Amino acid sequence: MKALLVGEYRDGKILPSTYELVAFAQKIGAEAAMVMIGDTRTVPKFQGQLLLADAATYGEYNPDAHKKLVQEAVLRKNPDIVVLAHSSYGWDLAPRIANLLGAAQISEVIDYADGAFVVPVCNAKMRRNLKAKTAVTVVTLQAGAFGLAMEPEGTPDIEPLDIPDRVSSVELVSYEAAQKAAVDLSRADIIVSAGRGIGKKENVAMISELSEAIGGQLGASRPVVDSDWIDHSRQVGTTGQTVSPKLYIACGISGAIQHLAGMKKSEFIVAINTDRDAPISEVADVMVLADIKEFVPILIEKLKAVRRSL
Amino acid sequence: MKILVCIKQVPDMESKFRIDADNAWYSEDDLAWRMNEYDEYAVEQAVRLREQIGDSADLTVLTIGPDRVREMMKKALAMGCDRAFHVKDDVALRRDPFEIASLITAFAGDRGFDVIFTGMQSQDRGSAQVGVLLAEMLNIPVVTTVVNFSFADGVITVKRELEGGIKSVARMKTPALVTCQLGLNTPRYPTMPNIMKARKKEFITVNSVDLAKVDARLSTKKMYFPEKKGGLVLEGDAGKLAEQLLDILREKTMVLR
Repeated sequence: MKALLVGEYRDGKILPSTYELVAFAQKIGAEAAMVMIGDTRTVPKFQGQLLLADAATYGEYNPDAHKKLVQEAVLRKNPDIVVLAHSSYGWDLAPRIANLLGAAQISEVIDYADGAFVVPVCNAKMRRNLKAKTAVTVVTLQAGAFGLAMEPEGTPDIEPLDIPDRVSSVELVSYEAAQKAAVDLSRADIIVSAGRGIGKKENVAMISELSEAIGGQLGASRPVVDSDWIDHSRQVGTTGQTVSPKLYIACGISGAIQHLAGMKKSEFIVAINTDRDAPISEVADVMVLADIKEFVPILIEKLKAVRRSL
Repeated sequence: MKILVCIKQVPDMESKFRIDADNAWYSEDDLAWRMNEYDEYAVEQAVRLREQIGDSADLTVLTIGPDRVREMMKKALAMGCDRAFHVKDDVALRRDPFEIASLITAFAGDRGFDVIFTGMQSQDRGSAQVGVLLAEMLNIPVVTTVVNFSFADGVITVKRELEGGIKSVARMKTPALVTCQLGLNTPRYPTMPNIMKARKKEFITVNSVDLAKVDARLSTKKMYFPEKKGGLVLEGDAGKLAEQLLDILREKTMVLR
């Protein structure tokens, strides 16, 4: 199989997801070339051909030009699959490429088995094995599903890539830096996070009390932050903070992929939930099937008693 | 200004799912159904744009699905859409993103919509393809993962959510499409008077076969539940559960030492 990897470059840097594409190509035994809209001074560590277009010329976010550049790379390399990260860059660009090539797209691939691409369904409760009916398949890879066992290495053979048309129907105005997190959860040993399953805003105080009783920090999943129950600076997940504490207690968190990606490296994970099949169960060391409102106050009382006796 | 918002009905993700007999999809029996969460933000933003423009604006809400989608469409009308367009299709959930985008294109192609809203992805498939494919097929600009939207003088300005809290600001001229991310706005609850008003709004139903004939680009080899990781599952009396959990934490972690 021949793969064309679409590397990611933003603000003068190679994004780490680029190496997940390389790991994927290695895992499935594909012969890989890479295409990137970047710059000659900042090339990825990669053994193989790199078709490189200049980001200063075409723009970092110019999907019209990027899709045509990838199309040009496809014409040159004739790949069976075009591989992107399932990221804000990849999911924005991949369908444009698929449409241009008349190709099927398979999104958020987590594995490759028996000649089919494996994807999650319904918040990862189920899996589906898919194949394309088209000659070329465009795939996007779930963040963190594939990783290199070793540090990336190699120096690519650079092949300049240009197209005559630079026109963009979308104008990138600026980047906005992330708000500096008031709370650095990445250094916490214990995190107790609240999800939508806690029911209502008033119950945040209870989870906060639990985090204090156990000597940890309060965290949150995206929905409770979007609902303004807890400040964004405490959000755990791909659009918040990535954490790896010694103990992570997830209260009423179903475990969306974006949340799991931000906390699954925690040393020990406890999930308190009423849904036995919630995706959080995939990463939980202990699943407590209980009603948060009934269970947490009892846990707090017993914790306080233990603390007093220590 | 003509505005279109495309929405999908999905199962409640807390549902107890079963795999269908052909091992290619989940069984659609005995599930609770709701509007795709991302699409609620899309509807809200479409209604806000409609309110901003005023009387010269016209907002159509479109969905593809079996008869059970009517309830969701009534909610969208009660939220402020002017007209519902239901593409009746009993196997809509099994159709791949290319088929869905092709069907919507067949509807929207010659209707001259100025602004189209979709959710950035559906909760069941999560493929994040339909909005972008639709725009590409209609040959209009599209920006995905929008967390802020404004419109003035024929120009849309949006904020895109990137990774790690970074955002980017982008601009494009109408006609254009945006795909909406969670948190874009606060979707309204339909009020009783608006629910009553919605009953009198135009509700058009067509069969998908009369709209376009499209062939799938994907085939499903199998659908299944993942193997469970061997985590411990505790259940029973809350007091005993708390004791059990504390014993485990004492044994397995540095906490409580």
